[in-house]
Amino acid sequence: MTDATALDELKEQPGGNLRFYGIWLIAAAALIVLPLVFSSGSSLTSFNLIGIAIIFALSYNILLGQTGLLSFGHAVHYGLGGFLAVHVMNAVANYNWPLPLPFIPLVGGVGGLAFAILVGWVMTKRAGTVFAMISLGIGELVASSSLILRSVFGGESGITTDRTALPHMFGWTFGPQRQVYYLIAFWVLVSAIAMYALTRTPLGRICNAVRDNPERVEFIGYDPHVVRYFAYGFAGFFAGIAGGLTAINFEIANSAYLGATQSGIVLFAAFIGGTAYFFGPILGAILVTYLQLGLTNITTVWQLYFGIIFIGIVMFAPGGIAGLLMMHRPLVRAGSWPVVIPSYLLAALPTLVFALGIILSIETVAHYTASEGEGNIINLFGVPFDATAPTTWAVAALLVVGGFLIARLTWRRVADAWDRAATVARDRGYLA
Amino acid sequence: MSAAIEIKDVQKRFGNVSIIRDLNLSVAKGERHAIIGPNGAGKSTTFNLISGYIKPSAGEIRLNGDAISGLRPFEINRRGLSRSFQVTNVFARMTVLENVRCAVLWATGHGYAFWKNVDHLPEVKRRTDRILDDIHLGHRRDVPAGLLTYAEQRELEIGITIAGGASVIMLDEPTAGMSLAETERAVALIRRLTEGRTLVIVEHDMSVVFGLADRISVLVYGQIIASGTPEEIRANRQVKEAYLGEEAH
Ligand SMILES: Nc1ncnc2c1ncn2[C@@H]1O[C@H](COP(=O)(O)OP(=O)(O)O)[C@@H](O)[C@H]1O
Ligand SMILES: [Mg+2]
Repeated sequence: MTDATALDELKEQPGGNLRFYGIWLIAAAALIVLPLVFSSGSSLTSFNLIGIAIIFALSYNILLGQTGLLSFGHAVHYGLGGFLAVHVMNAVANYNWPLPLPFIPLVGGVGGLAFAILVGWVMTKRAGTVFAMISLGIGELVASSSLILRSVFGGESGITTDRTALPHMFGWTFGPQRQVYYLIAFWVLVSAIAMYALTRTPLGRICNAVRDNPERVEFIGYDPHVVRYFAYGFAGFFAGIAGGLTAINFEIANSAYLGATQSGIVLFAAFIGGTAYFFGPILGAILVTYLQLGLTNITTVWQLYFGIIFIGIVMFAPGGIAGLLMMHRPLVRAGSWPVVIPSYLLAALPTLVFALGIILSIETVAHYTASEGEGNIINLFGVPFDATAPTTWAVAALLVVGGFLIARLTWRRVADAWDRAATVARDRGYLA
Repeated sequence: MSAAIEIKDVQKRFGNVSIIRDLNLSVAKGERHAIIGPNGAGKSTTFNLISGYIKPSAGEIRLNGDAISGLRPFEINRRGLSRSFQVTNVFARMTVLENVRCAVLWATGHGYAFWKNVDHLPEVKRRTDRILDDIHLGHRRDVPAGLLTYAEQRELEIGITIAGGASVIMLDEPTAGMSLAETERAVALIRRLTEGRTLVIVEHDMSVVFGLADRISVLVYGQIIASGTPEEIRANRQVKEAYLGEEAH
């Protein structure tokens, strides 16, 4: 069942309404408690980035997962939303407009939506490769224009603002990071609920139909072009909200936010998380933000790891993390999941060794080629390695080859265990 | 009273190959009209022309008296014409329920609404449930359409076609590839669901055709060579030579 989300199912069960709203209540409670448990400045920084990434990735999935539109330029709406938010924030401060900061994300949303309305009609005439290529072109166009139109986009350095200069609300200045966190958390919750609700509307369902079979949609009374245009508008709106939050968080809007890198990252997050389920992009956004924050600190070749993860997911788990998780649902229902767990545990160790071997190899090569003399010491999980020492190369090779050979055997066992568990689930009618 | 479908001097060329040559056909309101003819005669192409999937190179097509040639498929569908496809054409990743429900939404006036919960629309629910019952797929409602058996997909195909309540239903070989029992069930279904509507059906099974149709048109090489009641068609020498002769014996 690739289409129905876990939430849908909850809702359809008896007493499901309570459990359904329960999920959002739990999410709200978690968002409130989170900064009390992890109160350090760096945790708050991460949470803020993750929250914004979640909205952005969910907005992207309105296109990719819901409507089947592969965009390479989604950050345009995110970035433009951010710029509009910054300009409005500065105007509010200058002219003493009575617009408190918590409403600014909506301004960002309007910015993202306005640009989507402007370019969307032409873009969504076709889906598939044509749409993908045009989105790439629009992305490049806007990114390069932003560097030329200095008065609007502030050139290389961007346009700064001061979030505390806006009218306060509930006595909050939004100077402290924790207050910004709660502002972002509020918009994450509201946006996620709104985007989920959208999937439950007639438009949302027809978006899925357009994704599956745009040709047939025309024969049940709908114009797929209009459907795609609507989807594009909503995606632009919520991306703009994310952009507005970024503007508030960093007090700056920068042309880097609307470039190809941002567009790539959001595609990456949605895809890794899994586009077939509503919650997939949320997982993807969390993972990718942590990877970005973590990897950039410890390795210079972090993009390489991104690439490897992406290729790995595309090749071995095209449903993303959500797809992997949801694969187990029939097994859990049929009660046959304990069959697969031992095989997972068995496979974990050699697979980890194999992964460590790959990491050591990459780091060895990176350090060896990048820096002469001084920077040759690799610190891998607390263990120092000398990139120039032959033993390091030998250890790396041993880990990769040995790890792979043993891991491959255990992967077979996983496949066998999976087959057995799936057969049980099939016999009990939980798997088609 | 104007005919449900009126085709006048329609031609269709693909490149310089003339597939439909001078097609004339009239289907009265409430009539069950079968189109028969050998493979490659242009039956599906005729369906594509009427439903707006392709545009005629020349000629005129009218639906309930209004010219529809040149309109897009969704515009024609909104005027009350719905068609099925010879090759199953459903929404594969969506469940059976979603497939049928999507086909109900426009007809129940919900359009592109993004402010209504699709689960809380009583009329939509009522019609969807009834269609699911009609096509015997109620017990399979939560299965993705792509995982249905062939016969089930063909029934879903019919379900999607009739779900919108169109006054003119066009079915392109709905029973192709079905077993005898499945065919009988499908024909009973078609007969019941098209009660009071206009039906145009392409069908190869002659027992189905002669049992179901009020009128029959024979299409050979892009032209209607005969059109009449089943008795007239059975008695028509030209038809016997060109078509029935080889197929029926
Ligand atoms: N889009 C197209 N382009 C070129 N030739 C086509 C096209 N569609 C159908 N044809 C040709 O038109 C002829 C009639 O096809 P069709 O209408 O599918 O026949 P049938 O009566 O079996 O349904 C066939 O020879 C087919 O190859
Ligand atoms: Mg055909």
